Order: sequence, then C-alpha cells, then structure tokens
Amino acid sequence: MIRFDNVSKRYPAGHEALHDVSLHIGRGEMVFVTGHSGAGKSTLLRLIPLLERPSRGSVVVAGANLERIGRRRIPELRRRIGVIFQDHRLLFDRSVFDNVALPLVISGQPRGEIARRVRAALDKVGLLDKERMAPITLSGGEQQRVGIARAVVSRPPILIADEPTGNLDPALSEEIMRLFQDFNRVGTTVVIASHDLALIRRLGHRVITLDKGRLIDDWTGAA
Amino acid sequence: MARGQPTKKPVRQPRRRTKPKADERRKSRLTIWLEQHLQAWVASLGRLYRAPMPSLMTAAVLSIALALPASFLLFLDNARQVTGAWEGGVRISLFLEQQVSATRQQELLRELRGIEEVAHARLISPEQGLAEFQRLSGFEDALALLDDNPLPPVIEIEPRGALDGMAVESLANKLRGRAEVDQVRLDRQWIERLRSIMALIERVVWVVAVLLAAVVVLVVGNTIRLDIENRREEIVIAKLIGATDAFIRRPFLYEGIWYGLLGGIAAAMLVEIGRWLIGGPAQALARLYGSSYALSGLGGSGLLTLLGLGVVLGLAGSYLAVGRHLAAIEPR
Repeated sequence: MIRFDNVSKRYPAGHEALHDVSLHIGRGEMVFVTGHSGAGKSTLLRLIPLLERPSRGSVVVAGANLERIGRRRIPELRRRIGVIFQDHRLLFDRSVFDNVALPLVISGQPRGEIARRVRAALDKVGLLDKERMAPITLSGGEQQRVGIARAVVSRPPILIADEPTGNLDPALSEEIMRLFQDFNRVGTTVVIASHDLALIRRLGHRVITLDKGRLIDDWTGAA
Repeated sequence: MARGQPTKKPVRQPRRRTKPKADERRKSRLTIWLEQHLQAWVASLGRLYRAPMPSLMTAAVLSIALALPASFLLFLDNARQVTGAWEGGVRISLFLEQQVSATRQQELLRELRGIEEVAHARLISPEQGLAEFQRLSGFEDALALLDDNPLPPVIEIEPRGALDGMAVESLANKLRGRAEVDQVRLDRQWIERLRSIMALIERVVWVVAVLLAAVVVLVVGNTIRLDIENRREEIVIAKLIGATDAFIRRPFLYEGIWYGLLGGIAAAMLVEIGRWLIGGPAQALARLYGSSYALSGLGGSGLLTLLGLGVVLGLAGSYLAVGRHLAAIEPR
C-alpha cells in the first residue's frame, strides 16, 4: 500500500531529515513509527500525502508513484488519505458537525449523505451528542477525537497520524489507540508516529524505529 | 473502510463508487457542481454580512470610484442631447458692405439663388434687421435713440440639406471672395467648437474612468488579499484534506463579485442622488433658454452597465488576489 525506495529528504537549510529509507507497508497493516524527536518521524509521514516531496528516492502510495502526481492531482491523493495531527487542526469558528463534514463537502457529497456519514463518524468516536458544540469548548481528548472523525468520515483506505496522543494522559492515549485499532480491523491501513514506546509495545503491532533520519529497526510485532 | 467487513485480511477492495448510468452520473455531478457554487455564493455573502463595517467601507470606496466616471459620462450625455437639438439648420450669413446699393443687393440675391448648393436665400435689409433686433432683443427704447441704422444689409443663405460640414465650409469660402461681401458667418462654428471641447472633456473623462476602474480592481484585490490572510488556517486545512484549487478559490471569487455588485448599486444611488440635487438648478437654467429640458438619468441600460461593470471589475480584482496569494499557501 505504501512503499518507500531509498528515500532521502534534505531541507533547504541543509538538514537531512531522512536518509536512504526503504520500507513497505502492506494493505490493511497497522504500523507505528517511533524514534526521538527530530528522528524524521513527521517527515516520513508528510511524504505520504505529498505535504513534502522527497529529495531522492521514490514513494508509491496505493499503486501510484507520487513523483508522477502533479500539483493538480494532489487533492485526489489526499482525499484517499485521512490525516490526524497532534494539534488537531480544527476550525474553531465552526461546529463539531461542520468540522467533520468538511471532507465530504469538499468532495461534493449530497447533503443527506453528509449528515448520515458525519453522525456515523461522530458516533464511532463517541461524540454524537456534541455535534452542535464549538470545538473550543471541548477537552483536548475530545478535540483529538473530532480530528479523528474528520479523518475517517470519507472512509479513506489509509490513515496517518502524527503523534495523535502527544498531549493526552495514558488512559486517554490508550483509548485513542484502540480507536485506531478498530479502524484497522475493518481494513484501513494505519500509520502512526508516536514516541510512547510502552503503549506501542503493549498494542503489539509492527514498529519502525528511526534515528537521525535512518531506519534502524523494523520490529514486526507479535505476528 | 467499508463497515461490517469483519476481516483484517487485506482483501482487494471493490471501487466504492458504484457506477450508475452515465447520464445519471453526469446529472448528479452537475447538481453537485451547482450546489457547491450556490453554497459558495451564499457563504461569501454571509461572510460580508458578518463583518458589516469593513464590507461597507469597501463597498463605499468602490461606489465612489464607480459613481464618478458614471456621473461625468451621464453629464456629457445630457450635454450632447442639449446641443444636438441646436444642430438642425446651418445658415450662412453674408454681411454686405454698407455702400452696396439696393439694386445691387437684389441682383446679388438673384445670383446667389442661382448657385446650385443654395436652397434658399433671403435678403434682410438694414431696416428689417433693425426691426427684428428691436423685437427680439428688448432694447427697443435704446435703439430708438440711434440717429442712423448701424446694421449692414444681410443675405441669409440656407444650404441644401445634403451638404456636409466641409461642403458648407467651401461654399462659405467661395462667397467670402465676392467684393460686395464684408463678412461671412457660419452659425455652426460655435457648435463645432463646443463639440470639440466636449470631445476633449470626454477623452479626459475616459482616462479618469480607466484609472478609477483600476482603483476598483486594486481595492477589491487588496480586500480579498486580507481576507485570504485571515483565513489562512482554513485554507491550509482544506488543502490538507483534498480541496481542489477551484474549491478554495470559489468563495473568494464570489466575494469579489458581491463587492462589485454592492459597489455598483451604491454607485447608481449616488448618481441618482446627484442628479436629484442638480436637477432643480439645471431646469431653472433650461427655462431661461426657453427649454423644458430635464436631466436624463442612468436609465435601465445605464444601470445594468454600471452593475455589470462593477461585477466584472470586482471579479477581476479577486481573481488577481486569488491567483497571487492562494498558491503561496501550502500546508506545513
């Protein structure tokens, strides 16, 4: 589903965030990417929805070589990848419902379909009763769950999450991770960057470890 | 992905979108497209409404920039209508030398009537001229005090209707050469001077109008640019989750159209208010000249032109801003 071949990413300032990384993530897999801050976790994730382009090497997502995806076709790619950020990236001038509905509005779904799917997604993350509220009135964990609902509402085949539990306490973190497991269980490919090693080991999925931009460990978990 | 798919096994997933008949699909795509446009159209109006003061300020600036050239052009239009009424009969007046005898005057009259280009010729003797002058000028008493008649004999010629300005001019020159003729006056000269003055003013107005149109484009462009800045986060998020450039551009373009439309409406109101303020004095002036002329307004087509121009300029301004600034915003 996601393949990196000898990928390097050097920023204009000269800092090399990724160095010659090759890996393959299969369809329906759940993978954690870990490492110290600055190890290149975020960069790795950002290459998948073309938030960045690699300096060298090639990235293939769902059979499409990203090199051949021009500017105009990036939206098409991003609609098939749900992205979740540590800082949630919600729109605070809109209700929870409208935030979650945004991907469907963008892809031009009919109104009735939007309402149905938004409610299903909010139900899944346990926020159905808060759809009319403003995101700012929600707790951090709830805001993160709104972000997750937005990422999954259009049922993308790939979910990527950059430190989704970064600011949450252990109980909430585990709850969020279980949520990702649920999505993975129905066939979604999930890639999560996290440095919460204890939690990751407990969940028992594949773990890719980066250090200073190099792939140093690929632990295939319990399988 | 699909709910209720119980297995984790990576089965090849069928394309989610089922394929209905082609035209059915096209129809739904068209309705979606229309719906998205309608949404952007209403949403952009809603945004203007939620920030009424800045929106009104912008619309006010636009209305003045549009109203100025509109009212100048309207004024010229009125002036042209007034002077147009004066252009009908061009006459050539031949002022004869005082000492030309009465018989010679009659001979000359006959000769002139023989010329092909002349439709009518009429002799006005000094006595007739004086009587006419007394009757029309109101200086009756003063003129009665004169010992002798200062007026020369005049032959008034009406050229054939088919002659254009050049031919009339050359006819006048031909007549000027005659010994008996002291002076030749074309009574259309001053109209032509007036007309060329108006042509000059019109050119100036057009230059100003083009500059003010540029002002409209720049003001709208700047307003939209600020709006894009204010909504940077929203744009970034929309791009992150797969919004196309067209989708992001749309509300800003509609915003530009709204500004242009509002500016156009306000400009039309300004022009009409101006006409109403000037109307009284203008009519009083017309009455002095024995006319019942009333200033004409924008009219339906003028109004449509003004609104249409507002919309086009507003759209141009927002297009400029959107083209320059949206591409620069990329998710980080």
